[in-house]
Amino acid sequence: MATTTVPPPVLDLLSRVTGDEKHDPSSHSTLDVVWVLYDRVLDVAPDRVDDPARDRFLLSKGHGPASTYAVLAAKGFFPAAWLDDVAAWDSRLGHHPDRTLVPGIEIGSGSLGHGLPLAVGNALGLRLQDNPARVVVLVGDAELDEGSNAEAIAVAGRFGLANLTCVVVDNRSDNLGWPGGIAARFAVEGWATADVDGHDHAALRTALRRSDPDRPSVVVAHTTDEFGRPHQSDLGHTTTATAKGTAA
Amino acid sequence: MTRQTMRERFYADVGPLLDAEPRTALVLAVIGSGSLGDVSARHPERVIDVGIREQAMVGVAGGLALTGLRPIVHTYAPFLVERAYEQIKLDLGHQDVGAVLVSTGASYDASTAGRTHQAPADVALVSALPGWTVHVPGHADELTRMLRRAAGTDDRVYIRMSALQNTRAHPADGLLHLVRGGAHVRPLVLAVGPLLDTVLEATRDLPVRVAYTSTPHPLDTAGLRTLAGPAPVLAVVEPYLEGTSAAAVAAALSDRASRVAYVGVPRDVELRRYGSPKDHAAAHGLDAMGIRARAKELIG
Repeated sequence: MATTTVPPPVLDLLSRVTGDEKHDPSSHSTLDVVWVLYDRVLDVAPDRVDDPARDRFLLSKGHGPASTYAVLAAKGFFPAAWLDDVAAWDSRLGHHPDRTLVPGIEIGSGSLGHGLPLAVGNALGLRLQDNPARVVVLVGDAELDEGSNAEAIAVAGRFGLANLTCVVVDNRSDNLGWPGGIAARFAVEGWATADVDGHDHAALRTALRRSDPDRPSVVVAHTTDEFGRPHQSDLGHTTTATAKGTAA
Repeated sequence: MTRQTMRERFYADVGPLLDAEPRTALVLAVIGSGSLGDVSARHPERVIDVGIREQAMVGVAGGLALTGLRPIVHTYAPFLVERAYEQIKLDLGHQDVGAVLVSTGASYDASTAGRTHQAPADVALVSALPGWTVHVPGHADELTRMLRRAAGTDDRVYIRMSALQNTRAHPADGLLHLVRGGAHVRPLVLAVGPLLDTVLEATRDLPVRVAYTSTPHPLDTAGLRTLAGPAPVLAVVEPYLEGTSAAAVAAALSDRASRVAYVGVPRDVELRRYGSPKDHAAAHGLDAMGIRARAKELIG
């Protein structure tokens, strides 16, 4: 049975990473997406972390690994006790994840703008080996500032990478905004796009499971604040988008 | 018949390499794409030209390697090493995967193109990252051997092609080789890659020994210690940023009172001139006359 919210035990695991007693899932904009991916979408398991046929999840937004650590622990990729001393000398879990230290972590990330180009290489490599596995990469809206993403978006579109899905978690943290919206930037390069409520598990599941036969997919997951409202800067963003739309 | 350049050899070698090694994939950012003949048609999925996008080129190579493939990545040295340096550090090294990076346009080969197309710091930069092997072939035949060997491993390998090459190939086994011997007390001049012939000409009648390596990193420290002897007097002639090999040489000889000179591309001045590579070599003291003068200083 599909969940509609992240189960309390996973929130407890998240609290062990953050030290935050509040069960406030929306303070972690990626938690719902990552939970739905591992619970309902990805074909991967703790005993298959080296299986060439596994689906790959690449956390590009490496400065927010708490949700991913909590979900991987909940799914048994590593012991939950690892969550209690993140970034300590003896810990395998850091404030940015290292793929060589953590079972289930597919890339080391932290510096922004590396996950999507790596994911494009992953998808190309799987395709040319006739491997049916999927590649899902998670980036942030502000991370898209890095020009390396623009390179990768164009390449993935031109190469028609149907096995690639990019999830953009849009918590409106980008300083300069994306007039016209984020999805449009992928659409113009030939990607299939979907805009979904980043906390709606059913909508996320449907969008993340979908793939197009001859082009990559982007899912823009819009997140809300702790009161269920769009993030504050949405107002400014909407104005900008409208102005741009009018001008166009 | 004119001799095949290293670059021509690389483009000629890539097809047979892709034929023979199913794990290999060539990743390009336009440069080289038009010189491959029918290779792209024969291997449409394994010749990947990402357009003029060097960050994506190296990132894609890292992603390919993560799926078990063996990427060979090629473009001009400044765009490969300097523009995409963080990708080399993170998308290859930090992911603990490898690739074969093959650059063209060594140091001042692109003399008429100006500073934008010159990267004499490339060997220093690549050597500063963990786990890399740097090959500086002195002849197209050495390049062929290095490329074939590197394609069969998962190592991180940088192969630096050059327009200049020596008249004949030498062993490309990662070791130092004595090319001109003599009494052990004579100073040793170590020539790296394509500068060997110039060094031999420059020191023809001087009382020095001459050794050769095409793999400056990691340096064959055991070979250096053997050849340099208990009281080393040594010049390293390197066709890139002067002193690039200084840390490795100092570490190799740390227990011996040594006198070492480094002859390379000066690091403190940007040469704002065009002209030919020969003009640049002369300006940098990397022609026979300049190297001879430095060798004579060493002899004292």
